[in-house]
Amino acid sequence: MSAVAAPAPSTTRRPRRWRTLRRFVRHPGAFAAAVVLATIVILAIVAPWIVPYDWNETDLGARLGAPNAEFWFGTDLHGRDVFSRVVYGARYSISIGLATVTLSLLAGSFIGIVIGYAGGRIDEWGSRFIDVMLGFPQIVMAILVVSILGVGLVNVVLAVAIAGVPRFARVVRGAVLVVKEQPFIEAARALGAGDLRIMLRHLLPNAVPTLVVLGTLDLGNAILTTATLSFLGLGAQPPTPEWGAMLNSGREYMRYAPWTMMFPGFALFLVVMAVNLLGDRLSQVLDPRSVDRK
Amino acid sequence: MNYVLRRLAGMIPVLLFTWTVVFIVLQVIPGDPVNLMLAGVPASEEVRANERARLGLDRPVVERYVTFLGRAIKGDLGESFRTRQPVGKMILEQARSTLELALGGLLVGLLVGLVLGILAGVRPNTWVDTLCMTLALVGVSLPSFWIGMVLIYVFGNVLGWVPIVGRGLPALILPSITVGLFIAGGFARLVRSSIIDALGQDYIRTARAKGLSRARIIFKHALRNAMIPPVTLLGVQIGVLIGGAVVTENVFARPGLGTMLVDGVLTKDMPLVQALVVYTTAAYLLVNLVVDILYGMIDPRIRMGRAT
Repeated sequence: MSAVAAPAPSTTRRPRRWRTLRRFVRHPGAFAAAVVLATIVILAIVAPWIVPYDWNETDLGARLGAPNAEFWFGTDLHGRDVFSRVVYGARYSISIGLATVTLSLLAGSFIGIVIGYAGGRIDEWGSRFIDVMLGFPQIVMAILVVSILGVGLVNVVLAVAIAGVPRFARVVRGAVLVVKEQPFIEAARALGAGDLRIMLRHLLPNAVPTLVVLGTLDLGNAILTTATLSFLGLGAQPPTPEWGAMLNSGREYMRYAPWTMMFPGFALFLVVMAVNLLGDRLSQVLDPRSVDRK
Repeated sequence: MNYVLRRLAGMIPVLLFTWTVVFIVLQVIPGDPVNLMLAGVPASEEVRANERARLGLDRPVVERYVTFLGRAIKGDLGESFRTRQPVGKMILEQARSTLELALGGLLVGLLVGLVLGILAGVRPNTWVDTLCMTLALVGVSLPSFWIGMVLIYVFGNVLGWVPIVGRGLPALILPSITVGLFIAGGFARLVRSSIIDALGQDYIRTARAKGLSRARIIFKHALRNAMIPPVTLLGVQIGVLIGGAVVTENVFARPGLGTMLVDGVLTKDMPLVQALVVYTTAAYLLVNLVVDILYGMIDPRIRMGRAT
């Protein structure tokens, strides 16, 4: 939590928060990233009203057409408008990424807080288990989970979320260990607070800044991994306009119609880059030890 | 030596754990392996029963677990549902191709990462630093499968500089770049912060006070110490390399363990998937052991007995 120890925190906290926001926005890279990301999110939300064509409207006469005034990003194998599909794809990418990170974050926080608070044997074995899980390449673990759950977009979200749990669990456990022995926890216990209350009201808030940073940094990764699985044919299936799946179906024709893979891939890169830039900046601003790099 | 033996012994519980998890996964997975093998082709109940008996599926779970472990210790991880080949043999046949790709990717990643990291770390908070770190962020944000396809299109199809398929060194260039770019990003950031840290140390001030040239200070004094944290990260990178291999092999249609894994999942060839997971874990543990040993060599201050 913030290190404000003034007797009237309400008066000092506000400017401090504003300053943090200003520091965050002043960075040109972070600002550009925020603009790009906001634009993409807005496009994703209003997609049904702005796209020139239905994302699934096929026109065999216009197959694999190069970008032109009518079809800005060209047309794909079935004559569908690539631009409309890329815009729709943003809906998938962003919501899939958010869902994945939220699931990892919730499950990871729960595990981390429980083993950190319990301590002793549970902590020892739990941490060892987390370390083993962390050793697994995330994509291999996600593929393994998909092999159990079966192919499909929802299963891919679950798989990538499960593969991300150990990272959150470790961080939350670390944060819990730092504050667990502090006097204010002892005071809360002396006042009769139960275990659950201590965990939720006293331990969890201390992990929130770290969780926000880790969650943002993980969002780019989650978007990439889920798209990768769809690209491998394990996630979203055609004709879903998901970027990874679009790249997968575009690969056979990329020699003659490179636009079918250039645009969805670039959109994916843009979103991940913007999210990573924001995450980076967020970790610099929220971590008091870091020096402000302009 | 003692330390190495102790570390090797420490790997046993982890591998045992992985084996157990993998065994449980096989039990939980929906679908009878025999049905999966038949893949919809009709067969009499007698044929099915015989096949189950041959695979030992008719015996109780605990007995199967013990047999499974016993065979695994001897190195027998079962046979593929699809090809009926021993999976260990299948993996060894493909391992070479993946190893080449991993080494190539590591080489590209280290070179690019080192150059970006040093350039940025030597002049922190300048435009050089910003440029290098932006490039590093681009590296980690690029979807491997997309950049692989772009490389194929530009250098293979349009320019025709390098072969896209086949074996040998030229065919390894583009896949290595694809794997390497991802590693380079993370590595560059680590090298940068490590160098900034090293340059702030007292012995650097001493070296500067002695009147040594800037290049000499950086390359003879700072770099050696700055390399220690990045080297330890190499152990973690094997996970990234394996993940990168899965995607890159798929994009470049290269044979290898990654292709095998994806095919195994898509065809539900569980013995193959299991064996790949177990081998991956073993490889990960071994590489980390080697990295820890190297760590002790680079930095004599670290006592191996305590470094775990």
